[in-house]
Amino acid sequence: MITLTVNGQPRQIEAEADTPLLWVLRDELGLTGTRFGCGVAACGACTVHVDGVPMRACSLPVEALAGASVTTIEGLPASAGLAPEALHPVQQAWIDLQVPQCGYCQSGMIMAAAALLQANPKPSDPEIDAAITNLCRCGTYPRVRTAIRRLGGAA
Amino acid sequence: MKRRTFLLGAAAIGTGGLVLGYRAWSDRFEAQAAQLTAGDGGKLIAGWVRIGSDDSVTVYVPHIDMGQGTATALAMMLAEELDADWSKVRPERAPGEKAFANRFLAEGWILQGLKVPRFLDGAVDVGFAEAARFVNLQITGGSTAVRFTGQVGMRIVGAAARSMLVEAAAKRWGVSAAELATADSVVTHAKSGRAARYGELAAAAAELSVPSSPPLKARETYRIIGTSPARFDIPAKVKGAPLYAIDLRLPEMRYAAVMSAPVHGGALQSLDPAPAQAVKGVEQVVKFPHGIGVIARNWWQAQKGLAALKPVFSDGGNGNVSSASLAATQESALGAADGKSMVKLGDAEAALQQPGARIVEATYHVPFLHHAAMEPINATAQVKDGRLTVWGGEQDALGAKMKLVQLSGFAADKVTLHPLPVGGSFGRRVTVTTRHLEQVVELAKAASPNPVQMIWSREEDFAQGTYRPQVASRIRAALGPDGKPTAWSQSFVETPGINEAIGLPYPIPNQSIRAVPVPVHVTQGSWRSVAHTQHGFYTETFIDELAQAAGRDPFEYRRDLLPAGSRQRRVLEIAAEKAGWGKPLPEGRGLGIALVESFGTVVAQVIEASQGRNGVPVVQRVVAAVDCGDVCHPDTATQQVEGAIVMGLGAAIAERITIENGAVRQRNFPDYPISTMASTPPVIEVHFVPSDGAWGGLGEPGMPPVAPALANALFAATGRRARSLPLKLAAAA
Ligand code: FES
Ligand code: FES
Repeated sequence: MITLTVNGQPRQIEAEADTPLLWVLRDELGLTGTRFGCGVAACGACTVHVDGVPMRACSLPVEALAGASVTTIEGLPASAGLAPEALHPVQQAWIDLQVPQCGYCQSGMIMAAAALLQANPKPSDPEIDAAITNLCRCGTYPRVRTAIRRLGGAA
Repeated sequence: MKRRTFLLGAAAIGTGGLVLGYRAWSDRFEAQAAQLTAGDGGKLIAGWVRIGSDDSVTVYVPHIDMGQGTATALAMMLAEELDADWSKVRPERAPGEKAFANRFLAEGWILQGLKVPRFLDGAVDVGFAEAARFVNLQITGGSTAVRFTGQVGMRIVGAAARSMLVEAAAKRWGVSAAELATADSVVTHAKSGRAARYGELAAAAAELSVPSSPPLKARETYRIIGTSPARFDIPAKVKGAPLYAIDLRLPEMRYAAVMSAPVHGGALQSLDPAPAQAVKGVEQVVKFPHGIGVIARNWWQAQKGLAALKPVFSDGGNGNVSSASLAATQESALGAADGKSMVKLGDAEAALQQPGARIVEATYHVPFLHHAAMEPINATAQVKDGRLTVWGGEQDALGAKMKLVQLSGFAADKVTLHPLPVGGSFGRRVTVTTRHLEQVVELAKAASPNPVQMIWSREEDFAQGTYRPQVASRIRAALGPDGKPTAWSQSFVETPGINEAIGLPYPIPNQSIRAVPVPVHVTQGSWRSVAHTQHGFYTETFIDELAQAAGRDPFEYRRDLLPAGSRQRRVLEIAAEKAGWGKPLPEGRGLGIALVESFGTVVAQVIEASQGRNGVPVVQRVVAAVDCGDVCHPDTATQQVEGAIVMGLGAAIAERITIENGAVRQRNFPDYPISTMASTPPVIEVHFVPSDGAWGGLGEPGMPPVAPALANALFAATGRRARSLPLKLAAAA
């Protein structure tokens, strides 16, 4: 059995070793905020943080993660030292700018943006383009960019 | 249209529709009303609103959330007429039952003079879902939410509720209703200084009869419409809360993966289930006439089981069809057939044969397009104790429920559908095909009594879409000595369902527009803005070609053709002005313009673009001018137009579904490049044109001008004219 830390809690995983983390999160642990969009690491809807690094959970076999620490959208505020029911600054910016449309891609967008800002607090536009490769069919990119710029201190 | 006329018109139509509606409705409504108001002392005083004794105002919204902020906008319309305190207003999703049928949808279409079947007359309650489907419109489709439910339904219900509250206060105080005023959920009597909260009056108001034509507010007195309060749906979306059908988790739930015949119309011929049964966690292999399903303990196991199978499918005789063969068939059909006459004005053929007439001719092609909504098709169902319960993101909840009754063989009162928010639809969740419902009902029977969640893999979602059709059109025009068109003769490949996209904004004296049927086995559906996507491209690219032939500036040419004082002309002028039309551009760039009216909204766009390396166009700027009548929630309205532009650019530049050996070739996003952060232009401006026009839709009208405006910009930049989409391929050719 594989053990990993999910949102600060150690979890014993029953799924077979080759099961992608995405399905472990959704079907075994009931953490449905991490979403399935493509299954081939192309859309970013399943973005989580593995030891602080943004990764696409649909393409990570759980066996490769033994001992790792995984943060999902549900655990994002706590991972930043906030109360679990608080909003992470990225989530707050998303509300302030009314970013989501259908919202389906937004867990992944927020996880990717939070990781970007953690690593690079003032990203330039090309850096945003390079880091945020998540797909949004509703076309929220202009607002996602504005929100990240604002979090990076731009007016 | 003058504001006055519009208000009177709406009220008059409302009267006709609503007298019927309330009468036919209120009886059947009782049971539903009792359920909704049970327990907390609230009173249901009019169709879609509930006012609690604590002043809470709950607006029941008969549309599922697809990301358009519909619930917020509809609640605003109702609250406006009700004079409610916005902080007390909450929308709630109406259950998918008959009492909440979207009656106003069909009325909206009657309003537009479109044909609605006769059986609708006098059969208001049953008729609406049926009628809507009959005319191939769906409950949340056709940009109808704000247009019809809001304008005709929500506003009148809000106004009716308000006048009942006022009447209740008048009775209580023994004064005339005319002496009373309302604001922020309070009725006041200035003379006596008395005031009563709506919550205090709700019970008494509920005893009164519903007024048949409550007065609507004048626009100058709006306090809520035209502001942009925070949307109700957003906090849950940023927290990753379980919202969508795919997030549903039930005790003992199983998961299923499915596969249908890759060539649409094909059937399952043979299958050895053993390899799937050998996969850990797999419980059952289910055969459908058209495909297979695998049920397992989690979805990964189900998908692994499915992948282990080697089913044999027939191709329905379509195994040799390709996109190229279809294009060739369509070309010759356009050349040969006369087609069904859709528009006939004057005598276009005679005008084309006038000696000295300058003839311009072109043929345009557009490819199949996939919706590629981010939430793949899925549904959850349970058969237990003689009941079928289904949870799914069904855009037409009533239509889907009727379908489930048919498919399951259960009586209607044994079938419950819970419509849930959708992770994007763009027309995909309209009930064109009910394949996923057929599958989930069979799977639920197999898994009974356990519930089962069926999820299509993204590959299955691509293979089994309801695509924007691959179609073509040929247009010939004659130009007079002044360079203006004297005749327009067009044939186009017909697409399924109602086509409101035919017709030119330009008053050309001789017109002949014909639809030519070319059957195809590939499933086709409504894709954001439906037939406007292709017709906008045909018309607005060809007009640009006419301007070129006449040696005129493409903006001025269009403007001079449009009637002075028309909405179209004003919108075109504003787009050109805001974009700085005519100002010098950096080397290699061009400006293109296009104008399309759809779903009651007129949109003009100016796009600045250049031809990038590798034949991929680069867009620097999109400037849109929009006349949709009043704007309910400007921020959401802007976002809808922005979103349509972003999606439209991706489609215009690179999206294309191709058919090979009868089947869809593209399997997942890497084969089907949609817009990304990096490809989205740095500047997208949306300007709403102040307007007295009737309320138009907003979810779709931002889409149609994108492809022609970009194609025209590339022509301006390079001198090469693209006549087929996507432009990336056209440029490379
Ligand atoms: S689902 Fe993982 S990247 Fe798309
Ligand atoms: S908000 Fe709908 S896919 Fe991004």
